[in-house]
Amino acid sequence: MTTQTPAGSPARAGTRVGISREDKRLAVALLMPGIVVVVLVVAFPMLYSLYLSFTDYTLTNTSGYQFVGLNNYIELFKDPIFWQAFVRTVLFMALAVNLEFIIGLAIAQLMAKAVVGRGLLRTILMMPMMFAPILVGFQFKWFFNDQVGLVNNLLFSLTGKTHIIPWLVDKPLGFIAILVAEVWMSTPFMVIILEAGILSLPTEPFEAAEVDGASGWQKFRRLTLPMIMPFVYTAMAIRSLDLARAYDVVSIMTGGGPANRTELIWTYVNRLAFIGHDYAMGSAMSYVTVAVSFLFTFYLFTNVMKSRWEGAK
Amino acid sequence: MSAGGYAKAGRRRRSGDVVRDIALYLIILAFFVPALWIILTSVRPNIEINARPPVWIPSKLTLDSYKILLGWPTPEGAFGLGGEIPFGDYARNSVVIALTSTFFALTFGTLVGYAFSRFTFRGRNGIFLSLMLARAVPGIALSLPLFILFARLGLSNTILGMIIIYVALNIPFTAWLMDGFFRAIPAELDEAAMIDGCSRWAAFLRVDLPLALPGVAAAGIFAFLTSWNEFALASVITRTPASRTFPPALFEFTGSFVSDWRGMCAMSVMMLIPAIIFVALVQRQLMAGLTMGAMKG
Repeated sequence: MTTQTPAGSPARAGTRVGISREDKRLAVALLMPGIVVVVLVVAFPMLYSLYLSFTDYTLTNTSGYQFVGLNNYIELFKDPIFWQAFVRTVLFMALAVNLEFIIGLAIAQLMAKAVVGRGLLRTILMMPMMFAPILVGFQFKWFFNDQVGLVNNLLFSLTGKTHIIPWLVDKPLGFIAILVAEVWMSTPFMVIILEAGILSLPTEPFEAAEVDGASGWQKFRRLTLPMIMPFVYTAMAIRSLDLARAYDVVSIMTGGGPANRTELIWTYVNRLAFIGHDYAMGSAMSYVTVAVSFLFTFYLFTNVMKSRWEGAK
Repeated sequence: MSAGGYAKAGRRRRSGDVVRDIALYLIILAFFVPALWIILTSVRPNIEINARPPVWIPSKLTLDSYKILLGWPTPEGAFGLGGEIPFGDYARNSVVIALTSTFFALTFGTLVGYAFSRFTFRGRNGIFLSLMLARAVPGIALSLPLFILFARLGLSNTILGMIIIYVALNIPFTAWLMDGFFRAIPAELDEAAMIDGCSRWAAFLRVDLPLALPGVAAAGIFAFLTSWNEFALASVITRTPASRTFPPALFEFTGSFVSDWRGMCAMSVMMLIPAIIFVALVQRQLMAGLTMGAMKG
């Protein structure tokens, strides 16, 4: 809030009071094309899959399916693998977002202060963002391969002994390997947003703190961090939503296996719906998780919206 | 490349700063290693890739994998898994789909963002929130119903179909960013333009849009990268070289027992090049756009 532009709230409030008929027509015209496309591609198919989740539709029997009410949902709630995947997904999201935030903040702080070649550094740093998630999956699967992977090879060359660490098989290791891939891929996004936050800060408070003899850490803790909180909040909101969709990386690296050990919700949906052909069940599960995502989105974005639209007072 | 304009005025360099910069270079190098390894793998002899004990420094560099990819004659012939990879088709599809969808997503998303930033109307919060919810839906949940819908509409396995999908996927985030950028532009500016006789639409085109261009560039990076790299839906909708894009095509290098890593790495590098050029060109606008206020809650 301290970082508001001088144009601040009064002017904004002014634009909000009255809305003429022409403006109303213009607003509708502006919104329409975008909303129509989103409804066609997202809302409509999602309603269709909501309908299918109340049937016994399978990929091998696409015509003679019947309405089965809440059966799929009841079955799902009784499925221990679903709950394990659910808890694992939440844990994965919490760990990944926080790791990305901490590492991202550290790099952003260093970046904002670096003087030489910032543009080049930023382009290099953004390379993981340019990688297709599917490619990240393939590469990290290969890096963590127990026989010929980069990580085990490195251990071999460093210690002179053969290490066949089954990264993608053992329980905690598989989870860690996926986490490493995800953090590598997504931290740069955090850096970009947080760096933008740090760069947009006014210089006067820092100069005043300098005069008062504040240490670097004090300035960071008392000035930088509180002032970039809106950026932090937005970055974490966007990352949390995207993480809920982090399917490509996991599906390539482990596919949720072996024996459901690294199963996240979306790999389990894939297993049920596309490998097991039980599409209705997969839809039901999609819906449970989409509902959770929706609650989360609702919470985060009403807060973000509030600070953006009304909080500028 | 120096982003000097952002540097804080009056900062003095101390010896500690040098240490800090070196730490930064090391961290960025660590982030760069996987990319470096892919590039290295694509140009080394195939035999070294899965060698044991590992070979760290390539004995020689060769562009064979790229030649094979582009269909030029090489002593080794085709890729290990056999079969030609129609690289040209994939490249055309990816470029056409990513650029066209980015253009339309930016256009529609900017309009939506402008409407949110300048008008208050009933249901605004609801519409805005619904758009954000659309972003939370994962590709895998959409893939089958979209496949069925697109099959009925005759859009499956078409470039047009993929463009429509990516336009939709990118509108919410673009609208969200653009709302923030327009909000950072003083509303007095378009009011002044309107007093001078401009219509609201003309004020948008002549005043707000030019000022928000760094923001459009920022949104463009995100939209382009999403379209360029998306896999879950592309793998379901694009079935043949007529519409298949790079990400699902990466699978053609993997088999049940063997994978052609070098070929995959070569194609990955080819995929990364346009993305790197695009990002290098607009990264300054990206930072200018983001600092402009899009992310200020």
